[in-house]
Amino acid sequence: MGIMKFGGRITKNLFSKPPTLNFLAEPREYTERTRGHVSFDNSDCILCNICGRKCPTKAIHADKTARTITIERMGCIQCGYCVDSCPKACLSMERNYTDPDSSKTVDVFNVPVKEKPKEETQ
Amino acid sequence: MNQEFKEIEYSEIPALAKRMLAGGYRMVQICGVTKEGENELVYSFDKDHEMVSYKVHVPFGTTIGSITPEYWAAFVYENEIHDLFGVEFTDSKLDYKGNFFRMSVKTPWKGAEKKDEGAA
Amino acid sequence: MGKRTIVPFGPQHPALPEPIHLDLELEDEKVVRAIPSIGYVHRGLEKLAETRDYEQMTYVMERVCGICSFGHSYGYTGAVEGLMDIEIPDRAKYLRVIFHELSRVHSHLLWLGLLADAMGFDSLFMHCWRIREKVLDVFEEITGARVIMSFCKVGGVRKDVTPEMLNKVAGVCNEIEKEVRKTGMVFMKDTSVRNRLVGKGILSKQEVIDLSAVGPVARGSGFDNDVRTTEPTYKALGFEPILRDEGDCYARCMVRVDEIIQSMNLIRTAIKDIPTGDFCVPVKGSVPVGDFAYRVEQPRGEGFYYVQGNGTKNLSRARVRTPTNINIPALVKTLQGCDLQDVTMLVLTIDPCISCTER
Repeated sequence: MGIMKFGGRITKNLFSKPPTLNFLAEPREYTERTRGHVSFDNSDCILCNICGRKCPTKAIHADKTARTITIERMGCIQCGYCVDSCPKACLSMERNYTDPDSSKTVDVFNVPVKEKPKEETQ
Repeated sequence: MNQEFKEIEYSEIPALAKRMLAGGYRMVQICGVTKEGENELVYSFDKDHEMVSYKVHVPFGTTIGSITPEYWAAFVYENEIHDLFGVEFTDSKLDYKGNFFRMSVKTPWKGAEKKDEGAA
Repeated sequence: MGKRTIVPFGPQHPALPEPIHLDLELEDEKVVRAIPSIGYVHRGLEKLAETRDYEQMTYVMERVCGICSFGHSYGYTGAVEGLMDIEIPDRAKYLRVIFHELSRVHSHLLWLGLLADAMGFDSLFMHCWRIREKVLDVFEEITGARVIMSFCKVGGVRKDVTPEMLNKVAGVCNEIEKEVRKTGMVFMKDTSVRNRLVGKGILSKQEVIDLSAVGPVARGSGFDNDVRTTEPTYKALGFEPILRDEGDCYARCMVRVDEIIQSMNLIRTAIKDIPTGDFCVPVKGSVPVGDFAYRVEQPRGEGFYYVQGNGTKNLSRARVRTPTNINIPALVKTLQGCDLQDVTMLVLTIDPCISCTER
């Protein structure tokens, strides 16, 4: 008989819980390697702009005169190329995705001037 | 991966297609490359997992014989190259006359004209 | 002599996953001729090769299409490595094969769901996509993203995979195989599904050779042009192409179901045999002058990647010829003489991926 081939699966589904997640009521679980958004730690940055040269969409760039790092959140494709190529390892990839917004969010980070360590005189 | 690249003249293309069909080759693709003053086309054929490609230099304004009488499926590539690069094909079995690819700009991938060298 | 009308099919249609326009010339419900035209999703991605260097172009190439995304990055990096004469380590080759086969599984499951949806069999569509979710969860855990994986780079792969992750992949393969065998039976034996597929859109072997069709469309009619037959890594895993003789929609559907089971076996063998070692080699410098062509067997057929270098860091041409591009003439041929109600089935059996065609 060629009908009701799917019957066993359908009856099993009547008595089990759904495979989908009740999102916004239950939180989404991200894995360890999920590429969500790029975060910046300004303690070692030397404003070389290698990240700006490597970015495929030009979403991140370093401004030497203003001493800032600008990341356009909506232009970033979360590829991780800037994270891999930063020579001082200032950039890292976080897990959660950028929140949706009605305008294109731009994040600006300040890079403070590093104080030279005081030389010890003998 | 086995591959060979050979160069031929654009006037020999219809004869090449007849030779390939008689030899039992399957057509793989036709590609266009943007260059100054000319377009470069690459024709690829395959038989029993071995591939051979032919490069053709086509100056702006020349017409090439179409290979659709032998390989009907080539109409997809020839119309696309006509719409994007501006190369004209004659004796085509299915000619869209520029309406295959719907775009707002005509021949967007055609290269710049060759700059004149030396003063007149 | 019946009355002739022209019915426009697409670009918006509930059965089509992506926009394509077909002008169907009808004579009393039988299609006499079909004329395709494309250009609705053209983004001009190949032109970006002139302003991005070859490393950044990897990220552009994998965004040509969402379903066949891994195949594009695999083919493009293979072509650039051939041009620069780089030999990647064996572990990277095996990892690429494992992910390429997983990508084939997810693409075929997606297509089976779309076929069921076009028939109106919505619960079968949901079940196929539920099975597919397991593959996407594996992708996220190992590479970091579900669809656009960014896993391949010129010189190897970006991250290593631990043995625990590989064991998890093998476990997921076992679960999927059990479910696909049961769901595949529905496609094979159910009367309502068979009525829509058997005997429709028949392509003989000679027609397939004349039209240069690729992929399951050609293998459903008995013509073997699977690129994996001559690749050394696949030969070491014992790959044999799957062929069928009937040449109708049912044969093409069954080729894809059998390919899912075959991919499961290939993945399990690759996980058992994977060598240890480096997962990438460092690559520096600009691209030499010359050109290279590379072919990859994507889920939809043979994908062709051509790169041309000119001595700088930017490539002068990066070209993708996707399998749907060459299957469109085969589609036009099958549509001649069919009934109007079979048009959606025939358009779907060539597995159209129009974003790939138009780049």
